[in-house]
Amino acid sequence: MPMRMPDPDQDVLSRRAEIIAALRRIVPGEGVIAEEEELRAYECDGLTAYRQLPMIVVLPETTAQVSEILKYCHGGGIKIVPRGAGTSLSGGALPLEDGITLGLGKFNRILDIDYDNRCVTAQPGVTNLAITTAVAGDGFYYAPDPSSQIACSIGGNVAENSGGVHCLKYGLTANNLLGVEMVLMDGEVVRLGGKHLDSGGYDLLGIVTGSEGLLGVITEVTVRILRSPSTARALLIGFPSSESAGDCVAAIIGAGIIPGGMEMMDRPAIHAAEAFVNAGYPMDAEALLIVELDGPAVEVDELIGRVETIARENGAQSVRVSTNEDERNNFWAGRKAAFPAVGRISPDYYCMDGTIPRHRLSEVLTRMTELSGQYGLRVANVFHAGDGNLHPLILYDANTPGELEKAEEFGADILKLCVEVGGVLTGEHGVGVEKRDLMGEMFTEIDLDQQQRVKCAFDPTQQLNPGKVFPTLHRCAELGRVHIRSGQTRFPDIPRF
Amino acid sequence: MAEKFTPGTAEETRAIVADALAAETPLAIEGGGTRQLIGRPLETQYSLSTSALAGVSLYEPEELVLRAGPGTPMSQIRMQLDQHGQMLAFEPPDYGPLIGADADTGTLGGIIAGNLAGPRRIKAGAARDHFLGVDAVSGRGELFKSGGRVVKNVTGYDLCKLLAGSWGTLGVMTDITVKVLPAPEKTRTVLVACEEPSEAVAAMTAALSSPHDVSAAAWLPRTVAAQSSVSYVAGAGTPLAALRVEGIGTSVDARCASLRDELAAFGNVEELHSHNSMAFWEEIRDVRAFADDGGDTSLWRISVPPADAARLLDRLHTGIEMEAFMDWGGGLIWARVARMEDAGSYVIRRTMGAAGGHATLIRGNLHQRIREPVFHPEPAPVARLTRNIKEAFDPKGILNPGRMYAGV
Repeated sequence: MPMRMPDPDQDVLSRRAEIIAALRRIVPGEGVIAEEEELRAYECDGLTAYRQLPMIVVLPETTAQVSEILKYCHGGGIKIVPRGAGTSLSGGALPLEDGITLGLGKFNRILDIDYDNRCVTAQPGVTNLAITTAVAGDGFYYAPDPSSQIACSIGGNVAENSGGVHCLKYGLTANNLLGVEMVLMDGEVVRLGGKHLDSGGYDLLGIVTGSEGLLGVITEVTVRILRSPSTARALLIGFPSSESAGDCVAAIIGAGIIPGGMEMMDRPAIHAAEAFVNAGYPMDAEALLIVELDGPAVEVDELIGRVETIARENGAQSVRVSTNEDERNNFWAGRKAAFPAVGRISPDYYCMDGTIPRHRLSEVLTRMTELSGQYGLRVANVFHAGDGNLHPLILYDANTPGELEKAEEFGADILKLCVEVGGVLTGEHGVGVEKRDLMGEMFTEIDLDQQQRVKCAFDPTQQLNPGKVFPTLHRCAELGRVHIRSGQTRFPDIPRF
Repeated sequence: MAEKFTPGTAEETRAIVADALAAETPLAIEGGGTRQLIGRPLETQYSLSTSALAGVSLYEPEELVLRAGPGTPMSQIRMQLDQHGQMLAFEPPDYGPLIGADADTGTLGGIIAGNLAGPRRIKAGAARDHFLGVDAVSGRGELFKSGGRVVKNVTGYDLCKLLAGSWGTLGVMTDITVKVLPAPEKTRTVLVACEEPSEAVAAMTAALSSPHDVSAAAWLPRTVAAQSSVSYVAGAGTPLAALRVEGIGTSVDARCASLRDELAAFGNVEELHSHNSMAFWEEIRDVRAFADDGGDTSLWRISVPPADAARLLDRLHTGIEMEAFMDWGGGLIWARVARMEDAGSYVIRRTMGAAGGHATLIRGNLHQRIREPVFHPEPAPVARLTRNIKEAFDPKGILNPGRMYAGV
């Protein structure tokens, strides 16, 4: 699958042997990978449709080494692609032919658990789940929980501003991040934030979160941990239409209830999941809602009752309430296995990630069904219903010539539809290379230029992860130019320069 | 100040800034005008007020979203949200009386530009965490947008994060979209008599580490407690730690009961119910104890790792004459410093040292605001990024130049 990337620098490619030697001086031992066989493992991330062998892979172990590598590459005009666990679904870690993939996998230690300040400091290669595991015994957890939490790294979570099923109530990574240590492209090490709240100056930590590895290489992360809720219970609610399910979601929030999780599945997703895990989902439902309430037991019990009433008022066909942990986990089992379940009924699937204003849901689903007919490809929907984040899974067969391209076109149409109804291209998976060329659907040239100037503020030579996020790469000098139009009349008494 | 522009549309705003850019004339950007008193003083001949960029253009309670012009008075937003039992969960404060301005004159734009937040910051986040989308005019005279109207969005760089807390130095916002949340049905406060800041921090840490979902935690020394309008607090005659519990009635009752039991070891325990509880936290939110009384005191807002707060307070008390209370479980110290040439800047910043955090001079006289770093000094590589960001948005220094840092 071709994807337009920056032209490889022939000069850099011709210096490959010399670059390898220099990297080996910085990272001794087996930390520099140059054999094709071994490079193969790094040719793609979670977006497997795009592959590119990196020029070299380097796996440093210390911040000092990262700094040395970047300093060396900065001087030598060599591009860097940072990589966490490689689980990105948008191609954020897609290598460059003339670039060094800098893997943070060896940064895998938790450095500090600080209960008094309710935070954990970890190296970026530590997995999301490992942070929760480290503090769970003491009754704490880290709230953002992307589906890939067993594998994805906390550094990658920062780069992508990852979400998860709990983010309506507990926020995305950005809302749970306190500080980072990060290395800039010129090798300078900076600390943003710490164990305190907010920034005294510009919120650089905020802009770095979700910057997709274009601003710096993160070498340390401090996140807030929360006390685990004492109880969690879930409702499994079947509806005769996605419209009534959508109305129910609106009514729950309208009643002042913010559930810990609120997930919706459409009929194809329900059937695929049920066939896979036998969770006891209602097979006659057109839409299924899982609503989880967490907090003190007395609160959860009362809210369960309120949600059940609201569900029945909104036309629920079936309502089941979990009475123990096994049952609750069982409700979730189908939802959590939705992607592999769909993988069983189709050779391949392509996962989309748009967000829409919730009240446009049934309209979007209707138009998606039309598009599905038009493209001749089936689609199953799972949906973070509370925050409007849709994950349509387009089913296709990569072995059928032209079908991947068709799936991608279908996907692009879905995302354009999301933008058209007032939503956005990506809710939590990131732009990467995947949605890069769709950015113009949401932003004007002026909007994108302003975003790129932020990139230039951190990396004026544009060597960090180029070719991601922005559809057109402008040189920083060009972006920095000030365009002044003459004809001003408001400031007549001011001498002009 | 000679002339004030008051554009009524985004396009007018853009045209004014573009003209100012062409004439290389800096503009002071103001909302309600009150927050203008915070920061380094500006010397501009012209100002641009966002007061006519006002009004709520979209409010969908069930979608948890509200969009309004930056000049929209906070009082208006609060009223509209009240009607639907909703709120801005970050508890926007009113600093007007702190800096010698009237109460209740703040605007949405001012709150966002200062990235302000009240006691619920520890649970719900600051303004930045609720700021979903923006239209703004950069110092390049260009109208740009970022973010959107949905709560979950990672499309492109989140320029909202930079605009929040940039005090009008990066862009003039013309349209603001924020996330709103349901207001709690009930609120109660558990008070614990804690003589020493260290005991108070320990009590607050215990409460915030409990599963009782505490939404605010503050400590007041005797002198500050005595000024409260809540008679029990004023008459307690002792320093008090205060822990707020919010939510549905049955849950609040149960959690308060558990908290009282768990905190009894720290000191005598009492409870404030709905009206008193709300009044109490409004006082904390707006820092009423340290309102400008015309005396020559200065006021600092100091954000630190909460567990360091007591130690820091002790050291500050030995270095300067001041009165202070803690919010955010110790993570926020409000310190009123008695008359000092440098407002206490040197001692405060030196004492904070490497422990991390930042101190902002919220109220100081003109001399202090010119001479002392009002915003916390940044290490050289971070300061370089700050300058680069300013350059990216406002290369000619048209928007509030120098308000945060010299040359930025």
